[in-house]
Amino acid sequence: MSQVYASKDIAFLKEQAKAVRIEILKMLTEAGSGHTGGSLSATDVATALYFSRMRHNPKDPAWKERDRFILSKGHAAPLLYAVLALSGYFDKSLLNTLRKIGSPLQGHPCSKLLPGVEISTGSLGQGLSIANGIAMGLKMDGMNSRVYCILGDGETQEGQVWEAAMTAAHYRLDNVCAIIDNNGLQIDGPCCDVMALEPITEKWDAFGWHVIDIDGHDMEAILGALDEAEGIKGKPAMIVARTVKGKGVSFFEGKVQYHGMAPTQEELKKALEELGENGK
Amino acid sequence: MGSREESQKSASQNSERKPAATRDAYGDALLELGKKRKEVVVLDADLSGSTKTAKFAKVFPERFFNIGISEQDLIGTAGGLALTGKLPFASTFAVFETGRAWEQIRQTISYSSLNVKLVATHSGITVAEDGASHQAIEDIALMRVLPNMTVIVPADGIETKQVIEAIADFYGPVYVRLGRSRVPVVMPDDYKFAIGKAYKFHVGKDANIIAAGIMVSTSLDAMELLKKEGIDAGVINMPTVKPLDHDAVIEAAKASGFIVTAEEHSVIGGLGGAVCEFLAENYPVAVKRIGIKDTFGCSGPSDELIKLYGLTAEDIVKTIKEALKKS
Repeated sequence: MSQVYASKDIAFLKEQAKAVRIEILKMLTEAGSGHTGGSLSATDVATALYFSRMRHNPKDPAWKERDRFILSKGHAAPLLYAVLALSGYFDKSLLNTLRKIGSPLQGHPCSKLLPGVEISTGSLGQGLSIANGIAMGLKMDGMNSRVYCILGDGETQEGQVWEAAMTAAHYRLDNVCAIIDNNGLQIDGPCCDVMALEPITEKWDAFGWHVIDIDGHDMEAILGALDEAEGIKGKPAMIVARTVKGKGVSFFEGKVQYHGMAPTQEELKKALEELGENGK
Repeated sequence: MGSREESQKSASQNSERKPAATRDAYGDALLELGKKRKEVVVLDADLSGSTKTAKFAKVFPERFFNIGISEQDLIGTAGGLALTGKLPFASTFAVFETGRAWEQIRQTISYSSLNVKLVATHSGITVAEDGASHQAIEDIALMRVLPNMTVIVPADGIETKQVIEAIADFYGPVYVRLGRSRVPVVMPDDYKFAIGKAYKFHVGKDANIIAAGIMVSTSLDAMELLKKEGIDAGVINMPTVKPLDHDAVIEAAKASGFIVTAEEHSVIGGLGGAVCEFLAENYPVAVKRIGIKDTFGCSGPSDELIKLYGLTAEDIVKTIKEALKKS
């Protein structure tokens, strides 16, 4: 399904995505550890959600009518912190405290410490079940809010993901929109070598989901998929976002070693140059 | 406080005091709670007939979610419902709830302090014929070690009903351990349960038995047997294993200088472990732990298993007499 979006809206989101990537790289370098590759691969999807499609209020994180966002792949915490900070949930300076003692920005998201984080994640495979529970509760209350959940592709090796896949279809949770960040790499190597995932699309289709397969870095395609998903009734929607690990920084792209490694100062400098943030 | 004989006599007169499984009391209490509170939702993992959540499901189908045979998803879904302000009760057998989904409980429920009530049935060896695979003897230990978690082990139907009401009024994650088999009613009609409060049937001068769950009734039997032999043993029902009633433990330890713990659980990490940890640091006295001795259960009738694993009143009596002889 192709839709035409105003070019200025697309341009705005692309700029936002760039700003998000810059914050991710800066905070990871400052922290000295963390997950670079998987934060950058999911950046475009998260940007489209936080700066365009999700109904939320940074001044009132607990707003009842908000759409919910669950980062099931909790190791992409820097991405979540960047979109929250740039949305205005907290001051950008807090990003420099990532992974430090006393910081609300834990290595993996902690909902008790940071408003805007719906639920603590980090142990893989659990987010979709939580998203389903929220979706059930919202439906019981007659709320129109939607629940978005980003999963890693390697994460779908967890059995609980498929338990949740059945639950969402069984209870016809059409207010659930999950997104798989299919960057094809996991810590030990390419997913196809560690534990093959394909055919991803057919699997979710067989589990009763409406599946949309897109280029996860094409902003128009992302918006199109999110809008298509919102129109689906009676079943949950899965967007399979084909992405590149480390996207946006040439020397990180497709490199499995940057799954769990932060940039060095030197790498940060080069990366910022590539992103057009010269010496800022 | 009536004696054991009086309690048994009133049991035959009053239908409320007939022996009943704590899971049956749960089914009734949950239904009553559902009538009073709209936010109560119930989740089960294909065992609603056995856990007795089916009673609630029949009356409130729109507030009941069968998640199928998937305990990990059960916990996560319950967590999500709690995030929307619902009051979820998630039930299945104790071994699956606390074992299969332990890390889900840790990550999603206890780390975030979600208001989810984990009420599991079929704990201990009195699950009986199904054997070791279905007999949870580690669940108290597994739940007690989690920060933010409250752990409650009711002794009978009267206590179970009150526990269900009390935890509904309490915000935070709670684990409640229930059983499959019928247990005698031991708590008085005017009993009032409070989280973290022990109930002292009697504080003895020679020994004090701190018990939970089905072992409270057994301990009361042991108390009567010892009394006939001139030994003054007390019984303290400790329904809340976490947070432990420290004052009650200290009082019992001071009164007798000798404590026996009794539970249908491994002697490692359960009530016995909790009492020992506390006493060792605060008021060291001799302790004997009655429980499953670091072994698995097996198939058989409930009453025979109780004997096989050393959980009878006679076992408690023997333990106390031997310890007193040595001292």
